[in-house]
Order: sequence, then C-alpha cells, then structure tokens
Amino acid sequence: MRTQRLAIAAALATLFAAGCGGTAETPEAAPATAASSAPAGPVSLIYWTWAPNMDKIVAVWNQANPDIQVTVSKQAGGDDAAAKFLTAAKAGNAPDLVQAEYQHLPSFIAADAVADIAAETAAVKPEFSAGLWGLVTLGTDAVYAIPQDSGPMMLYYRKDLFEKYGIAVPKTWAEYAEAARIVHKADPKVYLGSFSSKDPGWFAGLAQQAGAQWWSISGEAWKVGINDTATTKVADFWGGLVQEGVIDDQPYFTPEWNKALNNGTQLSWPSAVWGPGVLESNAPKGKGKWAIAPLPQWNAGENFSGFWGGSSTAVSATSKNRAAAVKFATWLNTDPQGIDLLVKEAFVYPASGKGQAALGTPPAYFAESQPDFWQQAATIGASARGFTFGPNVGVTYNAYKDAFDKALQDKSPFSASVGTMQDTTVADMRKSGFTLAQ
Amino acid sequence: MSRRPVGALPTGLLVLGAIYCLLPVSWVLISASKAPGELFTLGTLTPGTGLLENVRELNAYRHGVFWRWMLNSVVYAGGGALLSTLVSAVSGFALAKYAFPGRNLIFNVLIGGILVPSVVLAVPQYLLFSKLGMADTYWAVLLPQILHPYSIYLARVYASAAVPDSLLEAGRIDGASEGRLLARVAMPLMVPGMVTIFLFQFVAIWNNFLLPFIMLGDDGKFPLTVGLYTLLAAGANQPSLYNLIITGALLSIIPLIALFLTMQRYWRTDLSGGALKG
Repeated sequence: MRTQRLAIAAALATLFAAGCGGTAETPEAAPATAASSAPAGPVSLIYWTWAPNMDKIVAVWNQANPDIQVTVSKQAGGDDAAAKFLTAAKAGNAPDLVQAEYQHLPSFIAADAVADIAAETAAVKPEFSAGLWGLVTLGTDAVYAIPQDSGPMMLYYRKDLFEKYGIAVPKTWAEYAEAARIVHKADPKVYLGSFSSKDPGWFAGLAQQAGAQWWSISGEAWKVGINDTATTKVADFWGGLVQEGVIDDQPYFTPEWNKALNNGTQLSWPSAVWGPGVLESNAPKGKGKWAIAPLPQWNAGENFSGFWGGSSTAVSATSKNRAAAVKFATWLNTDPQGIDLLVKEAFVYPASGKGQAALGTPPAYFAESQPDFWQQAATIGASARGFTFGPNVGVTYNAYKDAFDKALQDKSPFSASVGTMQDTTVADMRKSGFTLAQ
Repeated sequence: MSRRPVGALPTGLLVLGAIYCLLPVSWVLISASKAPGELFTLGTLTPGTGLLENVRELNAYRHGVFWRWMLNSVVYAGGGALLSTLVSAVSGFALAKYAFPGRNLIFNVLIGGILVPSVVLAVPQYLLFSKLGMADTYWAVLLPQILHPYSIYLARVYASAAVPDSLLEAGRIDGASEGRLLARVAMPLMVPGMVTIFLFQFVAIWNNFLLPFIMLGDDGKFPLTVGLYTLLAAGANQPSLYNLIITGALLSIIPLIALFLTMQRYWRTDLSGGALKG
C-alpha cells in the first residue's frame, strides 16, 4: 500500500508541477464567476467526502429539499483525496462540493479549484472560533470553505496505570519527560508514549501548541518558517527522549502500537479530540481506563493546545450551482439538525461552537473514566491555536516522514530533520513558481 | 540413488516458493477470522472467532456496496481481458503471419510500449478522457486496458510457433478467405495462448488501482481495489475498518482462485500440445 501511495503521489505531483506553475503565485481570491441566480428546476450536486454515513445525512437533506438534490460519492480520505480532487479540478471534472482537510485547503486555493464564498457565508462566521475561521480564510478577506470538524489536541492517559506507576498527570513537557523516565525504569517493557515518524499532522499540532508558524503570507509572498525555534524545540524534546530510550518510536496506528495501547504497555497518547474512536476500535481492553487532560505545557502556567486533523466543506470553483452548494454546506455545518446528524452519524467533533456546546453524553469508551469528556474537550479546544497552512503541505508532510524515519534509523538529531522539511518545502515552492519572502 | 540430491534442491526451492506465496494468503485468511477486538490482541497465526460476523458486517456496509464493487471488478476485468485478448490475438496473428511494409516498425514500437509502465500513462489518459467527456464512466477504465503491448507480443510469439504456415497455405488453396482462416484455422490453434493472455490481463485489471482511482469519482463505479481503499483511508480522525478491509481482501481473491482453477485445463492442453509436437 505504501509504494502504491507513493506512486500516486508521484504521478499526481508531476502533473501539478507541470500544470500549476504559472497561476499559483499567491493565494489571491479566485474571481467570482459563477452566476448565483437560482436556476429553475431541481439542482443536483455531487459531494466528495469520506466521512462515514454521509449518505444517510444527505438523505435527510434531500428529503427536505427536493430542489437541491445532493449525491454523495464516498472517497478515500487523506493526502490522496486532496491530490485526486486537484487532478479532477485541473481536468474540469471537479464535484460541486468537496470535503477539504484544513492543511490541504491552501493547495486547492492556489490551484483556483475552490470558490470564494465570502458573500454567502458572512452570516455564519460567528458560529466558529477565530482560530478555525482563520483556517478557511488564510487570514484574507475571502472565505474558501465552511469548517466542518476540528481536532484540538489533548493528552489521553491510562488513569489506572498512572496510579500504579505513581506518576501524576504531567502539566509541563519537562514533567512528561520525567514521568517517561520513571515508567520506563520501573518496567523496561513499558513506555509513557511513542514518537511517530509517520504522523506529520500530529507533529504539526504539537508545533502549533509551541507557537510555531510554518507558513505565513506577507503581501504577495509566502514566508516559510518550519525550522523556527518553536518547532526545533519540539523536535529536540522528542529526539532527546527517543535517544535516551525512555520513549518508544513506534509509529501510531500500526498493529504493534495498537497492541501496546491495548495491553497497557503504552500509557499515554497526545492526540486529538477524535481519539475515542481510535481507542475504542484498536484498544478495546482499555475501556473505562483512559482519561483526558490538557496537553503538557512548555512553560508552567501556560495554557495552549494545537490542532490535529479536522476538515471543512468547500465549493469547487467550477460548480454551476454555487448558491445551492453553499446552502447545503451551511446547513450541514451550522444548522442544529445538520450538526446533530454529523455528530451522531459521522462521529465528528463539530467545528461549530454551538454544536460543541450541545454535546452531552460522553463517548461510551470514556463513560466511566471521564464522564465530562465533552466539557473538558470544549475547554481544551478553546485554548488551541493553529497556524496558516501552505500550498504544498503534502510535500512538507512527506519530507517529515522521510526525514524523521532517517533520523530514527541513523540516531541523528531531530532538529536536522526539521531543517530538511524546511529546505524541501522551500525548494518545492520555488519550483512551482511561488513568490517567497526572505 | 545418485539422483536424489539433484531432486532435493529444486523441490526445496519450490517448497520455499510455495511458502513464500501462501504465507500472505494464510495471513489474510486467519486475520479475516478475527473479530475487531481480537485483531490486535490474538497472536498473528491464531484464528479468531469473527469470520461470519465480519462477512455479515461487510455485507451490510452501506447497503452491500461491496458486492457492487465486486460486480464492477468483474465487468472491468472480465470485459477488459476479453476485449484485450481478442485485439491481441488478431494483431499478434497479423504481425506473425503477414509480411507487410512497416511490420517491423509497428512491432518495435509495441516492444517499446512494453517498457512504459502503465502507471505513467494513467494521468495523461485521465486528461484525455476528460477532454472526450468520458472520465468517470465505465469506458474510462475499460478502454485504456484493451490495448496491451505485452499481450500482443505474446500473441505474436505464440502465433508464429503454434500456427504452421503450411496449414494456412492449405486453407488458402481450398479457397478460404483470410477472415475465415483467422477464425477457423488460426484462432483454435491459438486458444492456449489466448487463455494465458486472458488470465494475465484479468489479474492485471483486477489488481489495478491507479487507473480507476484517478478515472472514477462516483463510488458506485469503483472496482474492489479502490472501494476497499476508501475503507482503509477513512480520514485521519476515523479508525480504519480493518476487519472489513481484510475480509473484503479475502473475498476479493476468491474469484481469481476460481478462475485459475477452471482455466487450468487449457494450460494443460498447451503443455501436452508442445510435447506431442516434440
């Protein structure tokens, strides 16, 4: 599967390198061309998404809105989904609506593949926190998507085993490191957690918490700062722990890692609010034993978190029924009925503030150990800060995997890998014709 | 007695090869029998208890969309392989038995075509089909697979060996048209070769991922490979449906196994045919 993915990425990347160079200079608003006058007769929209049970949610909408019929086409999620959408947009076959992960939205914008829907969405802006809204505007006046779900990060930990090893929930990363040493010393088979060289989104979230700004737009030019002090600090922290051998280096979501979570040889996981689904399916034995806490902080007394994952609903630039598409996207992500369905059927943590506040019953997995799961999550979510993603996140993320895999293998310092990510990203943006600020 | 060690080495190698090929299949079989909770807890080669439950769940997943993907795969692989076999047989026969200007040029271009991996062609093909308005249709996946240089090459080699010139001459003297010669004389002789091509193409299309992945947007037209992939990459914040994917993978190789078992006898004719001719 991995080689296959690489092949796809390579095939599609060549296409974009060839195709997007000329036009992709700045994340300028795409000119509004589509006529937003309501056409006569029923409108049919195609919606690419990978959220589970979206067809059921859409069925409810279709029943109530005979004039706007939405057809769900369930796609594979992740980086390949973004590449596929870009290819389709390039060839003029884009669907009307597309689920866009926040980190991939800038690449859609740079390719003029998604429409600016600022006019139609002005009314729903107050529904979302400023941090999330920034992810769909990139800090400009344009709006490129409506936030759907979000992934503020927190620390999942085994309550019972923390007591067994006599460690307190770490409030700072220094305490986290200390706890990691204690646990590993008590039982060499047991680790406090793992550093994953396969999950760039996780690392990006931790960098956000530390205050990193990987990309920013200044005037007409992009600024890339992946190797800033905050990110380097995060990398060296984990690098130190791995070098010491007190933290595992098993990538997340692998069978080995699942097993370690399940049999209690891994005691915590800095992850996002969608963690319960993963724990429930991959570590069924831990039910009722896990709890959550805010991420450890870099300085005592601070209160910050980052985002891992989350996506939005974008309208493609070529959609002939933009008004109808925005109407559906608005209903899905801000209407109480839409949000309720998203939560119940698609198991997402809604981006809408009202939707988050409406969550009551904790996930079954946490019913005993953390009955106030959603209240905790909301408090933690309010402290999460994101950053603007750049137009070639895919390249950066692949560089992360390659560079950190190599660092683990060669036991070289992690800060060098961050440098590799920076260099690879900058080189790719230059090659694609983006203007870079010094 | 002295022949023993000579026989042991090849046998040993073959046994190793068999283990190499069968181990992954047995892993899939064993894993498919595990319930979601057992997947990461039981030992790798310990069978679980959830096979029927997994199949039932897969069956129920989005109103049985899995079977739709299976049907699509059969259409793509069966239709594509059949058409590809016919095109290859005719072109191979023509290249082997008729001398016409440009024959070698065409053949060399085909040989060159073998060197181009189909992965490289997928994106250009997608853009072409989009221009024609045929992206996201069944044809978009079927057509690109019909012309397969390697199959034509195989057919040419097979035709020149299996169809004697004298037989064609005899047919011509008896007044058969060229079309009749092809259909009644050459084709029957080429059946074992065509079966080989059919099987090659069937398996290749069945396993093809990139072309349908790029070509198709509508999940109702997905073949198994792309469909199962949507289960695997269910987004960062959704757990992958591992038990359904593994069960789906197991079910998806059953048609291939069935096909090989039924087609095997044609291969046997091939071998014996060769033996008789000496």
